[in-house]
Amino acid sequence: MNRIEEIIAIMEDVSRYPAKAIRESMEETGKEVIGCFPLYTPEEIVYAAGMIPVGLWGGQKEIKKADKYLQSFCCSIMKENMEHGMEGSYEFLSAIIIPAYCDTLKCVCENWKAAVPDIPLIAMVYPQNRKITAGVEYLVNEYKRVKDELEKISGKKITEKELEESIDLYEEYRKTMSQFVAIASKYPRTIDAKKRHSIIKAAYFTDKKWYIPLIKELTTELNMLPEEAFNGIKVIATGILAEPEVLLDTLVQNNITFAADDLAHESRQFRTGVSNSGTPLERLALRIAGNQKCALLYDEEKTRGQLLLDLVKEYKADGVVVFMMKFCDPEEFDYPIYKKELEAAKIPMLYLEIEQKMDSVEQIRTRIQSFKEMLTV
Amino acid sequence: MKESKTSKQLLQELLNQHYEEALEAKKSGELVAWSTSIAPQEFLETMDIKVVYPENHAAAIGARKCAQEFIDNSEARGYSIDLCSYARVNIGYMDIKESVAGNIPMPDFIFCCNNICNTVIKWYENIAKELHIPMILFDLPFNHTYEVPDHSVKYIRGQFENAIVQLEEISGKKFDYDRFKEVMKISSETAKWWKQASNEAAARPSPLNGFDLFNYMATIVCMRGKKEGLNLFKLWAEELHDKAKRKEGPWKDAEEKYRVMWDGIACWPYLSDTYKVLKKNGINMVTSTYPDSWSIIYDSNDLDGMARAYSSNYANRNLEFGADNIVKLVEDFSLDGIIFHSNRSCKLMDFRQYEVQRKVSRRTGIPSVIFDGDQTDPRAFSLAQYETRIQALVEMMEQKKKERANRE
Ligand code: SF4
Ligand code: SF4
Repeated sequence: MNRIEEIIAIMEDVSRYPAKAIRESMEETGKEVIGCFPLYTPEEIVYAAGMIPVGLWGGQKEIKKADKYLQSFCCSIMKENMEHGMEGSYEFLSAIIIPAYCDTLKCVCENWKAAVPDIPLIAMVYPQNRKITAGVEYLVNEYKRVKDELEKISGKKITEKELEESIDLYEEYRKTMSQFVAIASKYPRTIDAKKRHSIIKAAYFTDKKWYIPLIKELTTELNMLPEEAFNGIKVIATGILAEPEVLLDTLVQNNITFAADDLAHESRQFRTGVSNSGTPLERLALRIAGNQKCALLYDEEKTRGQLLLDLVKEYKADGVVVFMMKFCDPEEFDYPIYKKELEAAKIPMLYLEIEQKMDSVEQIRTRIQSFKEMLTV
Repeated sequence: MKESKTSKQLLQELLNQHYEEALEAKKSGELVAWSTSIAPQEFLETMDIKVVYPENHAAAIGARKCAQEFIDNSEARGYSIDLCSYARVNIGYMDIKESVAGNIPMPDFIFCCNNICNTVIKWYENIAKELHIPMILFDLPFNHTYEVPDHSVKYIRGQFENAIVQLEEISGKKFDYDRFKEVMKISSETAKWWKQASNEAAARPSPLNGFDLFNYMATIVCMRGKKEGLNLFKLWAEELHDKAKRKEGPWKDAEEKYRVMWDGIACWPYLSDTYKVLKKNGINMVTSTYPDSWSIIYDSNDLDGMARAYSSNYANRNLEFGADNIVKLVEDFSLDGIIFHSNRSCKLMDFRQYEVQRKVSRRTGIPSVIFDGDQTDPRAFSLAQYETRIQALVEMMEQKKKERANRE
């Protein structure tokens, strides 16, 4: 096994067994762990508090308890998170942070208090008018609240210096990841769609101090190899997240690879950096203000379609794959708008309606195959 | 001498006038805004800008049983069947522009307030994008705490100030602060009378047949800042008060046997079906969680108070408040039961319902049922299921009545 294969194997292991990875990190670092619901949850503040933030993006459990709180037409990520919470699989968490971007998240926050009383909840709201002064101030206040809550849990104050250091670490993470995905697109066979997903996902369950050097090493190693010829199909992936994994298997089998992504679970996490001016919390708030083209952040110009067109052009991609999380209002509202724009530009599009746990993926498999056939003739 | 009108006659006249004026304004080149239903209309009223409320219009289309055509249109363009049906109807209407339920002019700008849900942000973004028009957004953060926190008030106030600048830019007119003060006063007054009228239903029997609340709702949405609105609700409150004094119940031909609350929006396409099933069983819906959302009351010229009031509707409050609110309604309106509408369109209202139901049931002991429906999508409702659930509710309420009688 060469070093590239080794690192990939480590990352795959982490993504496949997150609980094990988290427990190992806890043992090695002696740190407490805070669960972070999607999206843009302020991991920097958690890290500065001397704790490890871990991402909670659903799972594949059978839903048995969560439907005491949520009707069937709730997105699967949130049903899964509730189920995991109620089932006790998050018992190692000292608290969770839930940001209320969409109507579902608002309610999940509220239900959490009753459904999982043992894991303290830190609820927060991101301002949608996030670019005006009042919006930035509001977010700084929300961050302050989160910081206070975390200090109560850890029993110690977070200093400015700790915050600055944590922000630096996360900036390094974001830069490292941006470099990694750019390089990875040149090695579509070594870093296929599924491996790419696992590597990026592993960041959610580990200490960034451990994770970053490995990704840097992987990027450097890749860079030393000659670019890989590829006669398959290159696509841009968009949506909340690219799961369940069997879909990725199917994509790989059909020689379809991700040239780049606009997934909330992947590139949206690291494509926007913090601002360089202001107090640490202001810098974080300005990062959100500068964040664009995401279904969960107000965008009256709806620039997401343009983003996808730009990515297609930049990476000379053959098309766009939409991972539509079923029952996700924000994503479902964006779709008709960018669909029209992509169609006008004659960009082929594959629409996959997904739930994290799917009983049958046969239909989706067929769609992937026909997409491939359409593009290969 | 003019004959005096009943509030019902006035209601219809005002609604017609509301739509006619908007169409007229558009024809003569004036600005028209599309607004969400609980937005700070005070700003638009002050600037004398005509407003249309897509939720009202979609509800009217639903009630005229012609929603499907509009829904099909938007779904064909990629709108998911799982999205709020008001949005699907409205977006379909933007293309078809013709309905037997009445027409509305296309907007010149968008006025959106997310105190009802975040769905409206996405829906209105799409309108703004499709029509290339500006959008004013009031982002009223969801209150996870019981009360509206101070930093939210500050943020909302900042947005009010920002919106004034945006409105001046869009309209090319100066904002008249004296007029604003007056509009604020009228709006609060109207809201008080609205609340007063709906509170008359606390009398036993209730002078109000609660489904009328749904009818009057269209007017509280669009007439809150107008003197005509104020007069209408005052008249309605007085009518109900007199009726209550005379001990007249909701119906001439039937007796009010059970008093219930309705949680959520009506099923517009099945308004009379859902109503008849209740009436047949002597059930009067005397109150609902929803109409109280327009009780937006604050002191004139108090922008912070206004910010707080707009963020205090139950949809924007935490679950504990939601439960307390219903417990209070159970007491104030002497309720026998609760009907929860699990409205396929409205995730924000639905996804707290189960826990609210449990909490209310634990604290009050009164029976309740949940039925599946939708506010405007006719495909998401089954009359048979509804009837079965109501039947179950009647049995439980009857049982409770007997237990009470035995104790006394
Ligand atoms: S509805 Fe969409 S944005 Fe909201 S929690 Fe579910 S997946 Fe996330
Ligand atoms: S029905 Fe619910 S989702 Fe639709 S606009 Fe009203 S509050 Fe929002």
